[in-house]
Amino acid sequence: MDENGSAFDAVERGPEGSQRPTGAPRSGNGDPAASHPSVTALRARFGATVLHHEVQAGDQHVVFVDAASNRAVLEWLKDDPEHRYDLLVDVTAVDYGGGSPIQIVYQLWSVGHKRALRVKCELPLDGLSIDSVVPLWKTADWLEREVFDLFGVDFRDHPDLRRILMPQNYAEGHPLRKDFPLRGRFSRAEQTRRALSQDYHDDYTPEALEVGGAPGLEPPEPTGSIDGPEEAP
Amino acid sequence: MTERVVELPEPGLRSEPMLINIGPQHPATHGVLRLLCELDGETVLKVTPDIGFLHTAFEKLGEYRTWNQIVPLTDRMDYLAPLMYNCVYVMAVEKLMGLEVTERCKVVRVLLMEMDRIFSHLLWLGTTAIDVGAFTPFLYAFQERERIYQLHEAYTGARITTSATRIGGMMADFPEGWTDSLRNFVETFPKTLDEIESLLTTNGIHLGRTLDIGVISGEDALNHGFTGPNLRASGVDYDIRKDNPYYDYETYDFDVPIGENGDCYDRYLVRMEEMRQSLRILEQALERLPDGPINVSDPRVSLPSKTDCMNDMESMIHHFKLITEGIRVPAGDCYFAVEGSKGELGMYVVSDGGEKPVRWRIRPPSFVNLSVIAKLAEGHLVSDLIMINASLDIVLGEIDR
Repeated sequence: MDENGSAFDAVERGPEGSQRPTGAPRSGNGDPAASHPSVTALRARFGATVLHHEVQAGDQHVVFVDAASNRAVLEWLKDDPEHRYDLLVDVTAVDYGGGSPIQIVYQLWSVGHKRALRVKCELPLDGLSIDSVVPLWKTADWLEREVFDLFGVDFRDHPDLRRILMPQNYAEGHPLRKDFPLRGRFSRAEQTRRALSQDYHDDYTPEALEVGGAPGLEPPEPTGSIDGPEEAP
Repeated sequence: MTERVVELPEPGLRSEPMLINIGPQHPATHGVLRLLCELDGETVLKVTPDIGFLHTAFEKLGEYRTWNQIVPLTDRMDYLAPLMYNCVYVMAVEKLMGLEVTERCKVVRVLLMEMDRIFSHLLWLGTTAIDVGAFTPFLYAFQERERIYQLHEAYTGARITTSATRIGGMMADFPEGWTDSLRNFVETFPKTLDEIESLLTTNGIHLGRTLDIGVISGEDALNHGFTGPNLRASGVDYDIRKDNPYYDYETYDFDVPIGENGDCYDRYLVRMEEMRQSLRILEQALERLPDGPINVSDPRVSLPSKTDCMNDMESMIHHFKLITEGIRVPAGDCYFAVEGSKGELGMYVVSDGGEKPVRWRIRPPSFVNLSVIAKLAEGHLVSDLIMINASLDIVLGEIDR
């Protein structure tokens, strides 16, 4: 189905948001002079990599860092004994629409220091790729997969970057992007057709299919016996 | 006695890993969860959880709704503690608006959240007991849950889909006699809890199924993002009610149970103790429940009185605008987290100053907790996998959202 279709397609596309967001606001609504020890230290340590600092919702500190050095900054925040943000609470993304960059949001919490920090990186729509933080926090595994699934952001070095909430063969795009219509990109007829022609192979990873020996695949070579690994004759 | 010798056939019998699906429709997965297991005999080599069967795109739907219309979406995620989700969502929006709710409303929300913590833990208790083969605790737990269902119904009119909160307050004040029913529950529930505990805590079968099963160290648990009872069972003292208190939790007298070994049994003990501590909080909150208005009188969020609407034009217009356009939230973003029944339950709301959110995100405790199951179950038996899954206390409505 092409994007510039008839009036019927508008019905298929469903309701769209009444407001057209024009991009992320560039100032906090909290006290701009308030300082956060980790932000001060970050500026001293990383200099120009720290792009912007703002205070939101009264007392929540948000720091924007260069997307190219997200892992270096987060690693330092995690490991430096003065800061020690040992709990990665959340990884998510925000699309403000209107072609503005997509923000990757890391919520950090330090159990020892009882301190929170929000780190954001901005990615332009034509360069949606950022280093994965799975080597730092295992939490990021599923959370980054979700961001990949719903926003289409590529996380470099992620061990298993697959869709997680949508089906593996979902072909309509990334649902939480602002340009994604509420009812999906395909017509109802096409969606039904795809649902009916599903193949159960799609629900398995290639490795799993190899273990299971699905029809159409050669049965796996036996790897050993109950008495231990088979010796070569 | 003569020694029996069993001749094992085929000493060179080949073995190969086997692939089985548990779920998506299986009572032991506690929801529509598919666990793709690679087995060697009965030993789990690898578990790959497959989720998304209940995906409803709540976060996408929220972007098409006004701020107050999102409240009904929240309780459909965790139908085991719906009031908790109602509360945390409006708390996040109120924080972004800089809105301070009334004293009565604060205590009312504490009451509802602690009540639903017990509500959720009871379901976990009953279903976990069934998974290890004990049927009686399930019946006892559901009998007590039914009383909380009735409290839900008496207050909100619904047993599960409560939708009780509004930005700036609650949909209504408690009906007459409601707090007496709650007090009655608080007084009589410990007896049932003792009975259930006497059936399980020192039960040999239960111990055998839970001790040293699914062990995770405190450091690993933190690195994998465990929060709530699962994290505390591994010995990490992190409870948002104590460490980043909201709604005057620092003035309530309660303890945070901490486990040592991080196995299924410690997770069981921590949750059992948490229910008792929630009862303590409920007692204190019932004691201090102040009189006064339950909703703020802030023209940004609250409707003018019906009399004013009928008598002056400005109030009429105000009412009309609030209903047709919805409230407006100042531009900015806010992350607000409470100690949910399953872990750190956060809401991240992003506004551009309009009537609808730009983004509404749930920090899902069960989602993060479930992601650890592959690590926990490796090398255990299939039956232990069922126990580990039960001990994580997941709810699929919130995992899939």
